[in-house]
Amino acid sequence: MDDKFSLDVDGKTHTVTADPDTPLLYVLRDDLGLNNPHFGCGLAQCGTCTVQLDGQPIRSCTTPVSAVGAAKITTLAGLGTPDKPHPLQTAYIEEQVPQCGYCINGWLLTAAAFLRDNKKPTEAQIKDALSGLKCRCGTHLAILRAVKRAAAMMG
Amino acid sequence: MRHEAQRVAPSRRNLLKSAGALVVSIGSPVPLDFARAAEDAVISGAKPPLKPDRLSSYIAVNADGTVSAFYGKIDGGQGLHIAIAQMVAEELDVPFKAVKVVIGDTGTSVNQGGASGATGVQNGGKQLRAAAAEARRVLVELGAEKLGVPAERLTVDNGVVHTGTEMAKSVSYVELIGGRYFNVALAWNGKIGNPLYAPGKAKPKDPKDYKIVGQPIKREDVAPLVFARRDFTSDIKVPGMAHARMIRPGVAGAVPVNVDENSIKHIPGARVVWNQGLLGVVADKEWDAIKAARELKVTWSNASPPFPDQASLYDHIRKAPVRKREVAEQIGNVDEAFKNAARVIEAEYEWPFQSHASLGPACAVVDIKGDEVTLWTGSQKPHFTRDGVAAILGLPVEKVRAIWVPGPGSYGRNDAGDAAMDAALLAKAVGRPVRVQYTREQGTGWDPKGPASIHRVRAAIDAAGKVVAYEFGSKAFPRVDVNSNESKPHDTLAGQLTGVALQSGDGFGAPEDSYGFANKRAYWETVAPLLDRGSPLRTSHLRDPLGPQIHFASESFMDEVAVALNLDPVAFRLQYVTDPRDIAVIKAVAEKSGWQSRVSPRKDQSGAKVSGSKVSGRGISYVQRHPTRVAMVADVEVDRSTGKIWVRKFTVAHDCGQIINPDGLRQVIEGNVVQSISRTLWEEVKFSNKTVTSVDWMSYPILDITEAPETIDIVLIDRPEIEPTGAGEPATRPVAAAIANAVFDATGVRIRRAPFSPDNVKAALS
Repeated sequence: MDDKFSLDVDGKTHTVTADPDTPLLYVLRDDLGLNNPHFGCGLAQCGTCTVQLDGQPIRSCTTPVSAVGAAKITTLAGLGTPDKPHPLQTAYIEEQVPQCGYCINGWLLTAAAFLRDNKKPTEAQIKDALSGLKCRCGTHLAILRAVKRAAAMMG
Repeated sequence: MRHEAQRVAPSRRNLLKSAGALVVSIGSPVPLDFARAAEDAVISGAKPPLKPDRLSSYIAVNADGTVSAFYGKIDGGQGLHIAIAQMVAEELDVPFKAVKVVIGDTGTSVNQGGASGATGVQNGGKQLRAAAAEARRVLVELGAEKLGVPAERLTVDNGVVHTGTEMAKSVSYVELIGGRYFNVALAWNGKIGNPLYAPGKAKPKDPKDYKIVGQPIKREDVAPLVFARRDFTSDIKVPGMAHARMIRPGVAGAVPVNVDENSIKHIPGARVVWNQGLLGVVADKEWDAIKAARELKVTWSNASPPFPDQASLYDHIRKAPVRKREVAEQIGNVDEAFKNAARVIEAEYEWPFQSHASLGPACAVVDIKGDEVTLWTGSQKPHFTRDGVAAILGLPVEKVRAIWVPGPGSYGRNDAGDAAMDAALLAKAVGRPVRVQYTREQGTGWDPKGPASIHRVRAAIDAAGKVVAYEFGSKAFPRVDVNSNESKPHDTLAGQLTGVALQSGDGFGAPEDSYGFANKRAYWETVAPLLDRGSPLRTSHLRDPLGPQIHFASESFMDEVAVALNLDPVAFRLQYVTDPRDIAVIKAVAEKSGWQSRVSPRKDQSGAKVSGSKVSGRGISYVQRHPTRVAMVADVEVDRSTGKIWVRKFTVAHDCGQIINPDGLRQVIEGNVVQSISRTLWEEVKFSNKTVTSVDWMSYPILDITEAPETIDIVLIDRPEIEPTGAGEPATRPVAAAIANAVFDATGVRIRRAPFSPDNVKAALS
C-alpha cells in the first residue's frame, strides 16, 4: 500500500505518495522530476545515484523512501550553483574532469562530505575515501587533481 | 552543451518581403538586380533538403550571427565538439564562441558514421573543415559583389568581410546570409558514414595561418554537468510514457514458452509484451515496472548453450574449426626463412571476452505517433539506429527521427542500440511512448562483447642474431558477430529474439607497426560464434576493436625477442622500426620517461637487494593506429606475495598529426590509458555453461581509484602539416604490452594471458 512521505530535498519540502519500499532514487527522479541522481546498478556498487542524507553520502538506489524520515536530502543540484559553487564544482570545471559525466554524483557528494570533515587530507586519504566509486571513462587522475585542488581551496 | 535543437528561424528574406522590402543590404554599390541574382544562385530562404551534397547540411549562419555546424557524429564525452567548433571557426574566420555544434540528430545532420574508429576529427572534422572553408569562400564572393571589390582584395575577421583598409567597405556574414541557407552543391563522394566526404571548391587554410586550431580551449559542457543541469538519455521524459524492463533468460538461448500474466496482476498498470523470444513488461511507474519484471512468472524452453568451461575457453578456440582464414600481410618467403633459421623464438598469448560495462546500463525512449517515430538514444551511431528502428517497425527511414542524447559513456557498440530496438517494439505493442531501461545485469551480462582470442607469434633469427622472419597469427571469435551499428535487425537482440538469425561478420585483424623484417606474415583465423542468435557472448566493437589483444601479443613478443637477443627493448625497436614518425615517438617516450638502457629483467632485485615483496620494473611498447602513432613506457610495482600490480607511472608519446586542441587531447589520452589499464589488470567476462555470469561490478571489476597511477606524463608531437588523425582509441592498444613488459622487467616472469589480475599473476609467479 502506498504511503505519504514528506521529503526535504535541497531545502524544499515535497510530499509524495509512494510504495514505502520504493528506492529513494525513483522517488527523486520520477515523482519529483530531479534528474541528477542517476541509475547505475541498483546494487549500491557504483555511486551514480548518490545523495547526501543529513550530510552523509548514501546510495539512493537501495535506500527505501520510508527510511529517509526527516533527514535532509542534498542532491548535486543542492551542493552549489553557478553563482555559489561548491569548491569541488569549481575545481571540477577548472580541471575539466568528466568525460561522459554519468558518475559525477558519487564523486562530488562523497568528496564534499569527506573534505568537510577532513582538512588538508593526504592523497592516500582522498583515494581511500573515494574507493569503491566507479568511473568507466578512466578520469581517475583528473578526479584526484580536482579533489586536491578543492581541498586546497577549502584550506 | 552545444547540442542544441536546430533553430527554426523564419527566413530573413521572407520577413523582408512581408515587410514590403526587397533589399537585403542598403546602399549596395552593385546594381540591385545583379546582386539579387548572384545571391539567388547560392542562398535559399527555405532550407534545402538534408543531403550529403548540400553545404546547408553542414553549415548555417543564423540571424543572430551564430554559426551552426551540423555534425553527423557524436561526442561521447571526450570534448570532440570543441575540436569541431575550433576547425569550423578557424575556416570561417568567426569567433570560436559563435559556433554551435549540433550533434547526432538525424533531423539536422547527415550520416557521418557516428562515433567510430577514432574518426571524429580525422573524417568528421575533415568534412566540417571543408564545408566551413567553402562557406567562407561563398560568403566572400557574395561580399565582393555587395562591396564592389574583387574577392582577392577581401579578408574576413569575426564574421565580417572587409577590405582591411576602408571601414565603409565591409559587410557581415549576418547581413549576407543570416537566417537563410546556403544553396551550394558540394562534390560528395557518394558515401555515407565514416568515409563521407563532400568538399567544395575552397581550399582550407594553410596551418601556418591558424589562430583557433591548436589552442587549448576548455569544454563549456563541464559546468552544466557539475551543477546537475545536463540531461542524459535516461532523463528523457515524454508525456504518456510507460516505463519498461526487459526480461532475459537465465540460460542463453532459452525462449519463453509460458508467461503467466496473472502473476503481476496486482501491480498497477503492469502489462506484458511477449513477441517470440522477446519479453518485456511495462507499467506507468518505474518502480512498478521493476517489480513486475521481478515477479513475472515465466516458463522458459530448455536450452543448453554450447559454452565451453571458462577454464578451457582458449582450448576451445585452439580446437575449433577455422571458419575463415585470411593472410593480412605477406612479405618475402616466410616459410623458407623459418626453415633456415639458426633459432626460432615463439610464444602464444590469450585475451578474454570483455564488456563495455558502461556506467549506466542502456536506456532508450521511443514515441510512435501515427507513422512518425521519434527515438531518443545514447547509441553512438544514431543515424544507423534510426535505420534499424525503421526496419524493425517496417517504416520508411524518413519516418523515423533519432535524437542522440548523451548516454553513460560509450566505447563502441555497447548496449544502447539494442535498447532502442526493444523500445521500438514495445512502443508499437502498447500504443504509447515507452522508455526501456536495462538493468545492471543486462548492461554487463548482455551487451555485445569484445572478442576472446589467442595469438601465435614466432620469429626466425639467423646465425648473426638478426631477426630475418616474423609471423603473427590470431585465432579468435570474429571481430563482429553483430555489426558495429544497429541498422539491421539481425544485428540486434530484438531482431534475433523475434526470429531473425544472426549473420556473423567474419574477420579479425593484424598488428600495425613498421618493423622492417625481411620476411613477414600476418594472418588471422576466425571460429564460429557460440550461439546462432541472442547470445550474451556475441561480439562487436569495443574501444579500439582488436587493438588491445593484438598489440598485447605483438608488442609483448617484441620484448621477448629483445630479451632472447640480449638487447635493450628500446634499442631493439629502434634497430628494426623503419617509419620516421614511429622512431620519433619511441625516442620521445624513452627520453621523457628517463629510460635506462639495459636488458630485461632487472638483475638487482633478487635476494637481499629487495626489501619486502615488492619489485619494480619498466616496459615499453609502441604501435601505429591508422595512422596515429603512440609509444608508451609503464613503470610498475609488483607485489610478489599478492600478485597485485600497481602501474605507478605511464609515459606516453603521441603523434596524431595536426593537433586541434592540446588540452582536450591530453584528457583523451589519459582516459584511454586508465581505461586500458583497467582492461589489462582486471577485466574478463566470466560465464558458466548456462550464461554470462559477469553481471555487476563485483563480478566484472574495473580499476579502482586507489589503483590509479600516480602520474601519466604525455608528450604531444604536433605535426601541423599532416592531416589530423584519430586520438580516441590509439592510446588504448599499447597499454597491456607495456605493463606486461614492465612486469617481466620486474620479476623475470612473462605474463601471456590477460587480465593480469592478482590471482593470475600470483599463479604465473609461482
